[in-house]
Amino acid sequence: MSAIEFLNWVRGPALQVSLMVFIIGMLIRVFEIWLLGRKKDLSVARDAGSTVAGLRTIITRSVPPPGMWSHLIAGYIFHVGFILVLLFFVPHILLFKKALGLSWPGIPNGIIDGLTIISLAAMVYTLAIRLSDPVRRTLSNFNDYFAWLVTFLPLLTGYLAFHRHVGDYTLMLGIHILSVNLLLIAFPFTKLTHAITVFAARWYNGAVAGRKGVRV
Amino acid sequence: MRRDETLADYLRAQGISRRGFLKFCVATASMMALPLGAAEEIAKALSAARRPSVIWLSFQECTGCTESLTRSSRPTLESLILDAISLDYHHTLQAAAGSAAEEAREQAMQENDGKFILIVDGSIPIKDDGIYSTIAGITNLQMLKDTAQHAAAIVAVGSCAAFGGIPHANPNPTGAVPVMDIIKDKPIINVPGCPPIPVVITGVLSHYLTYGTLPELDSLHRPLAFYGDTIHDRCYRRPFYDQGKFAKTFDDEGARKGWCLYELGCKGPTTHNACATAKWNGGTSFPIESGHPCLGCSEPDFWDGGGFYQPLSTAAFDVNKWATTAVVAGAAAGVGLGLYNKAKKSTAQKHHHKVSVDEMME
Repeated sequence: MSAIEFLNWVRGPALQVSLMVFIIGMLIRVFEIWLLGRKKDLSVARDAGSTVAGLRTIITRSVPPPGMWSHLIAGYIFHVGFILVLLFFVPHILLFKKALGLSWPGIPNGIIDGLTIISLAAMVYTLAIRLSDPVRRTLSNFNDYFAWLVTFLPLLTGYLAFHRHVGDYTLMLGIHILSVNLLLIAFPFTKLTHAITVFAARWYNGAVAGRKGVRV
Repeated sequence: MRRDETLADYLRAQGISRRGFLKFCVATASMMALPLGAAEEIAKALSAARRPSVIWLSFQECTGCTESLTRSSRPTLESLILDAISLDYHHTLQAAAGSAAEEAREQAMQENDGKFILIVDGSIPIKDDGIYSTIAGITNLQMLKDTAQHAAAIVAVGSCAAFGGIPHANPNPTGAVPVMDIIKDKPIINVPGCPPIPVVITGVLSHYLTYGTLPELDSLHRPLAFYGDTIHDRCYRRPFYDQGKFAKTFDDEGARKGWCLYELGCKGPTTHNACATAKWNGGTSFPIESGHPCLGCSEPDFWDGGGFYQPLSTAAFDVNKWATTAVVAGAAAGVGLGLYNKAKKSTAQKHHHKVSVDEMME
């Protein structure tokens, strides 16, 4: 298989399969959670306005505990950087335009380039924390490292393809799209699903805690 | 050209000056990135060349490759060289027809056994024993095998002969394959393009006539001198790509200003060819210069790359259709599984046996 045939395969049949897995998998996750139902609340609610408690938890969980500021900053930088690169790199916008029929202005390549480097550095930092901190290391399993890897690879291969640093551009672009296929397939089966569940889960935790117990 | 006449004699008789000929040799040497003295060597070798026998087989093709080489508004040096190297057998160009033509091929094969160059354009259908394309009752598959075993080297001219081209495109009803899928024991040079640049064909032949060897090739058997760089690497519009200035339609301000054609589907970044440097029509221009994106015609499967006017970064299929199917399937599966979970939960609750204090005391 030549590089161009590989590229045609990853942006053709391979992408068809991974897109299917992604969409079907994510919808199953959402519907399963939604249809799970809620336990009947047999006690009198401490605070009937649990929405406020839910919203409060969304905010408090987004702020780090004392002494963990660098973790939080690295986490935010990586998330924001990743999303900006994904949504505002011009070739990516063309992809969304063809798929969704929507388009928006892009960010100049030079800035995307900087965002990619910063995001990559932030991701390496988060991995270093996970590996160096004994508690985090104990709590981490294969899933955590795998989720990190499939998120890191599209950024890295995209950067290498754009700059033509390694090997043939056609091959590198193919590897980049392959890594995206991998990310799409991994999404519904790993903690990456948090991309859509994160705020719902935080709200739910807060809301439940807000109702429980006795008002003092 | 008579068989004992040298190439230099022939070109002189055609009105090509010595200066014009040397210019061609220098251009060929520099195009192929050969060392400084190479032009002289090429000039000497070509001047003394006495009609090397070439057999040109045309299979499943459109004759565009031959047209590109021979039908310019005035005869180019490239076309004259092609005339001069002389074709003992070429459907479009030879005077002989019918059995006389086939005899000419047989004769050339025997007289130059192991020495002639075989040029092939067009792909070879192999489905159903290759019956979808025959010449004088002989299938292309058989003719290629028979002729190739006597050839010194094979030059697959055009994307059809090199990679299967349009006949090979999905769904490939005739089972068309390129030369290199059939012939494994002869040196093969692929000169892809739809059509290939004339100077690339003559450059490869000149190299072979001068040195008796094949030029350096890439992994797809393409001469590196011509196919080493991508169109994008050598494109004069490259700075606009780097600045993020793109034409959005064929008639917007960006298009008029000559901005990058990436968003209009240009395949320049993944296409290896010499169009941006060698150019077309006697060095006039190349497709991007006339405002059209590169189709990627010198790469395998260029016809099945997801649409000529679809940007390279987009999915190579109808995403909408697939995504809609996936959404419907996913929603159905999700609701189904959710209801199944609910049913399981209520069954479990129904069968739940409450443990009484008495039971615990036992």
